Amino acid sequence: MDVGQMQRQWLDYTRSLFIEGFLDNQFLQLQQLQDENNPEFVVEVVSLFFEDSERILKDLTFALDQQGVDFKKVDAHVHQLKGSSSSVGAQRVKNACIAFRNFCEEQNVEACLRCLQQVKQEYCLVKNKLETLFRLEQQIVAAGGSIPMMELSF
Amino acid sequence: MGLAAEAQFHVLAVDDSLIDRILIERLLKTSSFHVTAVDSGSKALKFLGLVEEEQRNEEPSFVSQKSHNQDIDVNLIITDYCMPEMTGYDLLRKIKESKSLKDIPVVIMSSENVPSRINRCLEEGAEEFFLKPVQQSDVNKLRPHLLKSKVKEVGEEDQVINLSRNDIKEILA
Repeated sequence: MDVGQMQRQWLDYTRSLFIEGFLDNQFLQLQQLQDENNPEFVVEVVSLFFEDSERILKDLTFALDQQGVDFKKVDAHVHQLKGSSSSVGAQRVKNACIAFRNFCEEQNVEACLRCLQQVKQEYCLVKNKLETLFRLEQQIVAAGGSIPMMELSF
Repeated sequence: MGLAAEAQFHVLAVDDSLIDRILIERLLKTSSFHVTAVDSGSKALKFLGLVEEEQRNEEPSFVSQKSHNQDIDVNLIITDYCMPEMTGYDLLRKIKESKSLKDIPVVIMSSENVPSRINRCLEEGAEEFFLKPVQQSDVNKLRPHLLKSKVKEVGEEDQVINLSRNDIKEILA
């Protein structure tokens, strides 16, 4: 595959992530903050998001596994995950967190457990998608090309 | 406006989320602001107080009535609302209650769109309230507030701050 083909593949893949709702406009904002002086900005921020999320998901699993569930704590964790997913543009994770918080308010353990599953699933999906995207970027750069600028008309 | 526009402004960013701190710092730096980012309200107050202390230590013989902004050397504070221990609102209040810090413009950020929260912050003296995730267009709104505080130092009156608050109140009404 030549650089041009790889770039087209990257564009198509990125577009699909937006169309399928995995990513939203905030991800574009992140890309716009990346430049020659900060060439790894998006990968750095997203990597932090992965670390952060995995820690929070562990804490959530633990918190919901307790005899007496501390819903305030659960809600605080979900709020944090909602914030970070929103900040990187991980739309489906964010939306799953919003639904999750409603059930925290209701103090419904069963529903919360279902929500946790949902959030975990969405997180895994977006993580895989983004890792694929970053791999494509690495291939383009290794072949001497540059990452195209995303232009979306919403 | 020539000199003020070219001056590098120092913004103190406060947010307990590492990702959000990195983002706001990057956003502010693309606007050529000098940035200090801390992860709590108490660290912010310490930073503001510490700088003041250092200034005093450097000039022990001065009995000057320097303007507060010059002493502290922070031109704007942008803080998250939801933080453990000290919220952005608590921090805002402490700043407005402090003789030396009250003239520093404060901007609040929040992921939640709660009108009563927004009103409370504006009434307590916040210049702006940004919904997260903060955008470049939000950061572009900061410069007038910074220029206003520079102008204030020279002793001129400026209506920009009041206009801004009223505009926001009208929008929220």
